[in-house]
Amino acid sequence: MKILAFIQIDDGTINKMSVETLAGAQKLAAATDGSVTAVTFGAVPDELKTFKMNEILNIQAAELEDYSPLYFIEALSRVIASESPDTVVFGHTYQVRDWVPRLSARLKLPFLVDCIGFKTDDAFTVTRQVSQGKINADMAFEIPALISFQSGAFRADEIEHGTTAVRTLTFDLAAVPKTIRPGEKYQQSGGSVDLSHAKVIVSVGRGIGKAENIPMVTELADALSAELGCSRPVVDYGWLPHERQVGSSGQTVTPKLYMALGISGAIQHQVGMKGADTIIAINKDENAPIFEIADIGVVADLFEIVPRLTESIKEKK
Amino acid sequence: MKSCVLIKQVPDGDSPVVIADDQVSLKSAGISWTTNETDSYALEEALLLKEAHGGEVVVCTIGKDSALQVVKDALAKGADRGIFITDPQFDHLDSYGKAAIFAQVLKAENFDLIFSGLQSDNSSNAQTGLILAEFLGTAHATMVIGTEWVDDSKIKVNRELEAGWFRWTELDFPASLTIQSGINKPRYASLRGIMLMKKKPITTITSGDLKMDEIPTLSRIKKLYIPRKTKETVFISGSPEEIVTQLTDKLENEIKVL
Ligand SMILES: Cc1cc2nc3c(=O)[nH]c(=O)nc-3n(C[C@H](O)[C@H](O)[C@H](O)COP(=O)(O)OP(=O)(O)OC[C@H]3O[C@@H](n4cnc5c(N)ncnc54)[C@H](O)[C@@H]3O)c2cc1C
Ligand SMILES: Nc1ncnc2c1ncn2[C@@H]1O[C@H](COP(=O)(O)O)[C@@H](O)[C@H]1O
Repeated sequence: MKILAFIQIDDGTINKMSVETLAGAQKLAAATDGSVTAVTFGAVPDELKTFKMNEILNIQAAELEDYSPLYFIEALSRVIASESPDTVVFGHTYQVRDWVPRLSARLKLPFLVDCIGFKTDDAFTVTRQVSQGKINADMAFEIPALISFQSGAFRADEIEHGTTAVRTLTFDLAAVPKTIRPGEKYQQSGGSVDLSHAKVIVSVGRGIGKAENIPMVTELADALSAELGCSRPVVDYGWLPHERQVGSSGQTVTPKLYMALGISGAIQHQVGMKGADTIIAINKDENAPIFEIADIGVVADLFEIVPRLTESIKEKK
Repeated sequence: MKSCVLIKQVPDGDSPVVIADDQVSLKSAGISWTTNETDSYALEEALLLKEAHGGEVVVCTIGKDSALQVVKDALAKGADRGIFITDPQFDHLDSYGKAAIFAQVLKAENFDLIFSGLQSDNSSNAQTGLILAEFLGTAHATMVIGTEWVDDSKIKVNRELEAGWFRWTELDFPASLTIQSGINKPRYASLRGIMLMKKKPITTITSGDLKMDEIPTLSRIKKLYIPRKTKETVFISGSPEEIVTQLTDKLENEIKVL
């Protein structure tokens, strides 16, 4: 299979999910006796040349220096038209979410998003998670196809090394409509809470039910001398400030202990906390995806457990 | 300003997830249906813009009979009229197929803004709004977490990026926006809203009304299954007291955080 791997460059460095996806592309090429070409827009970081591939295709155009969807779509459309790949793979980044669905519509190619793996045994299929991660779906489609892979679908440290040459093409993109005009990126002025150095985090999800129940969890956190974290809905509802949100659009944490209370364990939450040494999950649903990554699981009503646990910890101290 | 909001009916988070015998669909027994979470935020944003700058808000869904409810709920919250696209044939369409239908039905309406959710809770394709933008030739923006009205020809939207970064982007009308949760506080329907809803028009469209010989789909589910666990989780069970005793012991002696 002829594979193109789109490599997202963020401020001169390779996006981590692009590296993982490239490792996946190497495995897919090996399984299908195929080839991998990396495609980058603008820059070619030196690190990219140390990965084993057939070639790096670098597209140059002033409009590709910074991300803007319609230019990216036009540029990759042209690459796909001239290279005729069987598949084009991407990391499922927020940026990819913003332009690849539209590219797929323009080329009338299937786009299988947020996949966790592929199979090549009888037919080429990819696996997606549906129903909030409770079900896997093997998807059938015709090639050529566009596929994006979820964070962690492949391991970056399994990438094969080699030396790869760069082929550069220059595109004239002046005719692309200017109906979408991105401004400057900015970071929300950081709150006072830095969860990234916390040793113990007690984290609360939508299962807590309402704002009035938050103090119950704060008491447990205090008893454990822990920081309080939370999932996105808890912030959306205004129960805790954004600076306590863990996940892809919040903070990434690596504590010794992460306790997830009433959190289902969506991928966007997992990417922020799966690096914890020990994960304890308390959830009333035994099928919650959080148990996929928990070291210690308790299937129970958190209201039955949390107050008693707080008391028991206080007695020990 | 004329807006359309795409609203999908999905099983609520507590509904049982059971694979049907055909292995490509889920059993519908026991499911309670609700409005997709980010679609509620999308509707609220359209209503807020209408209240501030005038115009009309139309809601549109593709779904089975039960999905008429999400249209009614949106009308009760303040949307002006509904378009209910329903046909058993449409049940298993992918995002491309659904967007093709939306394009066909919505094209003549010439909406300034089309709102949709960032992604649906059950299929999580996160594509419908963008494919529709391509079919209708409009501008687009995803993961919108703020809007700022500029004038009758353009709007500024704040896009959420990873890890606490954001980016304002200016878009010409017409535009398709996919809305992220947390952008606003979705309202509840008032009693008055529910009374008014009953008089608001809902247009029903079935496959016979569409000028489409065949609805294109580019992917399909081959097989559904329960994921195999990869991590060895130690489950603690018993009465709440027994669970707490064991947990405390682990915190003290294994994880050593006490
Ligand atoms: C682009 C994007 C970015 C996102 N960024 C983030 C992010 O940064 N961080 C983040 O967290 N999410 C993020 N999300 C949202 C994410 O997909 C999930 O929707 C979210 O993590 C769910 O939060 P939750 O687990 O608290 O709620 P739910 O998924 O609703 O889960 C609640 C859980 O509580 C359990 N429960 C309910 N009552 C009880 C009880 N009494 N006792 C015990 N258990 C109970 C339920 O069984 C359920 O498992 C993002 C989504 C997208 C699309
Ligand atoms: N059947 C549908 N009816 C109405 N809106 C839909 C439908 N499917 C998808 N959408 C819209 O598109 C968004 C993204 O859905 P998806 O591409 O399925 O993840 C949803 O949040 C809805 O706003």
